[in-house]
Amino acid sequence: MAQSVNLKPFYLVLAVVAVAGAWFIVGARSGPPTVTLVPASVGTEFDGHTIGSDSALVEIIEYADFQCPACATFAILTGEDVRRNLVQTGRVRWSFRDFPLPSHPKAPLAHLSAACAGEQGRFWEMHDQLFFNQGKWVRDRREHRLFESYAQAIGLDMDAYAECIADQRHIERISAAKESGVKLGVGSTPSFIIGGRLVAGSISYSTLLEMVEEAEAAAAR
Amino acid sequence: MKHRMITSVLSLVGALVSLYLWLWKIGWVGPVACGADGGCETVQFSDLAEIAGVPVAAFGAAGYAALLVLSLVGLQDRWLEDRRITVGLVVLSGLGVLFTGYLTYLEAFVIHAWCRWCLGSAAIIAAIFLAALAGLRRPAPATG
Repeated sequence: MAQSVNLKPFYLVLAVVAVAGAWFIVGARSGPPTVTLVPASVGTEFDGHTIGSDSALVEIIEYADFQCPACATFAILTGEDVRRNLVQTGRVRWSFRDFPLPSHPKAPLAHLSAACAGEQGRFWEMHDQLFFNQGKWVRDRREHRLFESYAQAIGLDMDAYAECIADQRHIERISAAKESGVKLGVGSTPSFIIGGRLVAGSISYSTLLEMVEEAEAAAAR
Repeated sequence: MKHRMITSVLSLVGALVSLYLWLWKIGWVGPVACGADGGCETVQFSDLAEIAGVPVAAFGAAGYAALLVLSLVGLQDRWLEDRRITVGLVVLSGLGVLFTGYLTYLEAFVIHAWCRWCLGSAAIIAAIFLAALAGLRRPAPATG
């Protein structure tokens, strides 16, 4: 016959473990980060994320929204040609400026993710991750988790990335970049300023090349 | 009886670890507390961290929950001397050890990254298996 044993102390231990574990998990809870654009403070300026030679004759400023399909189309179809043929050859200095549109609710966090990657010198890698995977994260309720996976894939320090996202310290710079575009007449994405001319839409590489050549000719005169 | 108590407590800890990783995977909890090397993210974001679209942590949570229930049942007077409970714990935890061994192999040789929480879980299931084996070695109670 089995001897009955007082199990109360054991159940007490079990309850303490359960409560401690639940406390830890609930304490770690956080939904998707809520990122809302706020107007940039007076004096906050941001010239964008730039690649290319300072001595390039032509500067192209791109205003884009990471959730905008046309921006992704441009990045995928034209971006690589631009970098290889125009930026790396020293002909063009390229500047990306944030222009998250109000109609794209996931854009602010995407831009913040890119800015946080930029803090670790990996803006362009995150730029590519966001555009090339846009079709995936736009449809996913857990886009912040996907952004973390992109951050991981491009080799970011994940603690620093998480701290940057939580801190949202780049949000005013993102707003400042957008406000600079509004002042220049940008109303849609992608928009480009090529040699001082504003061009809207996902232009082809050949169109862009023609405009670069015209800008180079003008600069040489 | 002591081995079933140990199994219960360890199963609860294992279930909480698995639950944490599962909830993290589905976006319910914030960044996983795992150190700056990002090993947990690398492992958890891997395609190998899901089976038929279900995160492996969910399987872990279910397995630990089953072990917890079985060991708690085995602590009740009616089942205290029932050897089937002990055998069940050995079989279930043995399957857990095999599954965890496979996942640890994937971490070491396929993903090339270590998830500390997963290693913690591997240690827990190994300890449960040893506790269950210890119960199995106890002589069966005299009958008649």
